[in-house]
Amino acid sequence: MAWKNDGGSEATSQNPVAEPIQRSEPTSLLLRELVGHLRQHRTQLREDWVSRISEAQLLTAMTKEEIFAEATSVYDSYVEVLQTGTFEALQTYARNLSERIIPRGVETHEVVGIVLLLRDVLARSLFAKYQADFEKLNRILDAYEPAANRIANTVAVGFVQERERVIRQQQEAIRELSTPVLQVRERLLILPIIGVIDPQRARQLTEQLLRGIRTNRAKVVVIDITGVAAMDATVANHLVQTVEASRLLGASSIVTGLSPEIAQTLVNIGVDLGKMNTVGDLQGGIEQAERLLGYKVVQLAEPS
Amino acid sequence: MDQDIVGARQQGRALAVKLEFSPGESTLIATAISELARNIVSYARRGEIRIRPAQNGERPGIVIVAWDDGPGIQDIRQAMRDGFSTSGSLGLGLPGVRRLMDDFEIVSEQGKGTTVTVKKWKL
Amino acid sequence: MEVPILKQGSFLIATVQAALSDADLLQFRSALIQYVVRSRSQGVILDVTDLDVMDSFASRTIREIAQMIRLRGAETVIVGIQPEVAFAMVQLGLTMEGVATALDLDEGLEYLNQKGKSATSRESREPGRG
Repeated sequence: MAWKNDGGSEATSQNPVAEPIQRSEPTSLLLRELVGHLRQHRTQLREDWVSRISEAQLLTAMTKEEIFAEATSVYDSYVEVLQTGTFEALQTYARNLSERIIPRGVETHEVVGIVLLLRDVLARSLFAKYQADFEKLNRILDAYEPAANRIANTVAVGFVQERERVIRQQQEAIRELSTPVLQVRERLLILPIIGVIDPQRARQLTEQLLRGIRTNRAKVVVIDITGVAAMDATVANHLVQTVEASRLLGASSIVTGLSPEIAQTLVNIGVDLGKMNTVGDLQGGIEQAERLLGYKVVQLAEPS
Repeated sequence: MDQDIVGARQQGRALAVKLEFSPGESTLIATAISELARNIVSYARRGEIRIRPAQNGERPGIVIVAWDDGPGIQDIRQAMRDGFSTSGSLGLGLPGVRRLMDDFEIVSEQGKGTTVTVKKWKL
Repeated sequence: MEVPILKQGSFLIATVQAALSDADLLQFRSALIQYVVRSRSQGVILDVTDLDVMDSFASRTIREIAQMIRLRGAETVIVGIQPEVAFAMVQLGLTMEGVATALDLDEGLEYLNQKGKSATSRESREPGRG
């Protein structure tokens, strides 16, 4: 009997794009000839490519010098892949390139565009060179095309992955900013939770709170959920775990703003509300926290 | 044999750190490995824990496969029942391990051993 | 085995080191209990700052240490649980219920002092006693 809880589909542990090209003997010879040709005409072909790039109005975010510099690197990486048949260097380069140009606002279609233009420029030069020998041209293209396509694929995929990584990082940063842990008194922290909480945000809240407890040496934490409309069992569990984890760091928790619905959810998942310290509203919670901390609230006598 | 538990989780943490998981995530991973290793040591004669990097599309992650030749689990659903107040010190702690990681898969047959596969993906 | 234990007034501070095997931890437990008995200590601070992982065995053993120390008439407080470790613990359902916890050594000492005060104030109810 098996039991599975899979959050994502898994590719094989080897990235298929990264595997080296299998090549036969004659293919190797052809590719060597090809590489020789590309090296020989490097300057010319690179220039053709760069002018095609500006014709197509790609990489407008970059200066002429920058485009030239990157074009040189891409060209050389391209030729190196054709020569060695391995893609690691290209993958690394694609990642580095993406890291550089993404902040400049370069978009996916531009990156895909320029790599395809290079493929075209090189193909054209092959047509020109071997136009007299149609049969040889075909064999050269047979060797060239699969490699050229995988190169385009590698660069594009590398770029897209990097973009997605950047976006995830930004989302994480935004979430961090929008979940404040407030210190309002000595040793007292307030964590106001507002809106819809998904499990990921709930986890982040807990981590921030725990770090806050340690940094501020808090002894009491008021977790205010007045602003939370509804809570499913998963998030309710998170709330309970937050209370428990806070205790492990020596802080006691007061939960305020518990609606009847959320109270019911907690009971449903097995929480003993009698054991959880709850107070109706935030103000009441803070007052109780102060009492726990030993603050005395002194009433000043009315002037007679 | 209990020395192996420490070794396994240290290796797990080392790989997690190398894969650039956060300290919090590395701790979750190391703790999961510790519990899985503990089950093997407690219930089986032989077992193995394999820890390796993995890819989920574009997200890198870590995969842990814990295999043992123990008696197997009779009722997996019972073992995976996730009550709110799991004591954690009884039974196999599998619901806890599932909460620590992102993906969880278990194959077990009475008399034939158990294999637990867990994965965590980088954010 | 060498158990790092310091005396602080009538309290003991015992430090649990990282990467202890199960056997080591059990030895630590015996050594600590013996120390408590010999020194007739009133309280023990168990410092787990170095523990980078607290699994079900460690958690259970530490709870047992606290129970055994209580049987000898002393209080225990656990200090130094790291935020990440606390998080992992509650995911596993290890809440250390019934065992006192505090943030660090200072907090732990304060806790033991408080406990001691309330204990003595309960004992000395008769007027004239100081």
